[in-house]
Amino acid sequence: MALIAFWTLATIVVASAVCVIAARNPVHSVLWLILAFFTSAGLLVLLGAEFLAMILVVVYVGAVMVLFLFVVMMLDVDFVELKKGFLDYLPFGLLVGVIFLAEIVLASLAAEDGGSATFDASPGAETNTEAIGAVMYTEYMLLFQMAGIILLVAMIGAIVLTLRHRPEVKRQSIAKQNARRRSDAVELKDPAPGEGI
Amino acid sequence: MELGLNHFLGLSAALFTIGVVGIFVNRKNIIVILMAIELILLSVNLNLIAFSVYSGTIEGQIFAMLVLTVAAAEAAVGLAILVVYFRNRGDISVENVDLMKG
Repeated sequence: MALIAFWTLATIVVASAVCVIAARNPVHSVLWLILAFFTSAGLLVLLGAEFLAMILVVVYVGAVMVLFLFVVMMLDVDFVELKKGFLDYLPFGLLVGVIFLAEIVLASLAAEDGGSATFDASPGAETNTEAIGAVMYTEYMLLFQMAGIILLVAMIGAIVLTLRHRPEVKRQSIAKQNARRRSDAVELKDPAPGEGI
Repeated sequence: MELGLNHFLGLSAALFTIGVVGIFVNRKNIIVILMAIELILLSVNLNLIAFSVYSGTIEGQIFAMLVLTVAAAEAAVGLAILVVYFRNRGDISVENVDLMKG
């Protein structure tokens, strides 16, 4: 039963991954990628890693892919122009891919089988989430904090990169308004009669 | 044949290869290149989690979560760079990036 589920999900993942890189329109690529991530979440549930499956759906499908869709739709790009040269690069890409896959298969065939595999997605705890939580906030506290710092840096970096000041746009500056005194703005003159200022 | 570690390793090798080929064939479209990188990271995550589950230790899953964090950060910064590049040049062709010179 698990084997049938695995092969079904694996076929969907590989097919949608191929569609991601072969789709004519990047919007379709993003949608195929969403399918690939959803199906991978199913595979993780099959493995017993439920927590990461849910995280995959929330983080990837919920945040990263929406960001991709947003950018793809925001940029006004000639997609037909971008697809040119696809067939030129295809033989080379396939060659690299075949070599790569052959190397991986050779390496894994040469490797010794580790023997008795213990299938346990939640060692030392009732559920997978419990097992992760038990070590994440104790043993791996520093790593957890570092992940937060990485996200903070990425957030600030993205804001700094995309923020732009347009000098031609007139904006109200509250600080300048408040700093303005009467002596800066008004000058009293006492012109003599018959003469200009 | 029972479902084993090798099934997941094979799937993740296939996904990784598809990602690498995707980078090669979509030389002009940087959005699809970023998506191919996401595919590669997904395959790495699958590998880590499969090893973690089949060795009965939780560390691989913690590490997979860190990879996920870095992938999200990378996507955010990469897309921000893409938006700035598009704003400056009006297209997203990767071929002429070396003309920028800082």
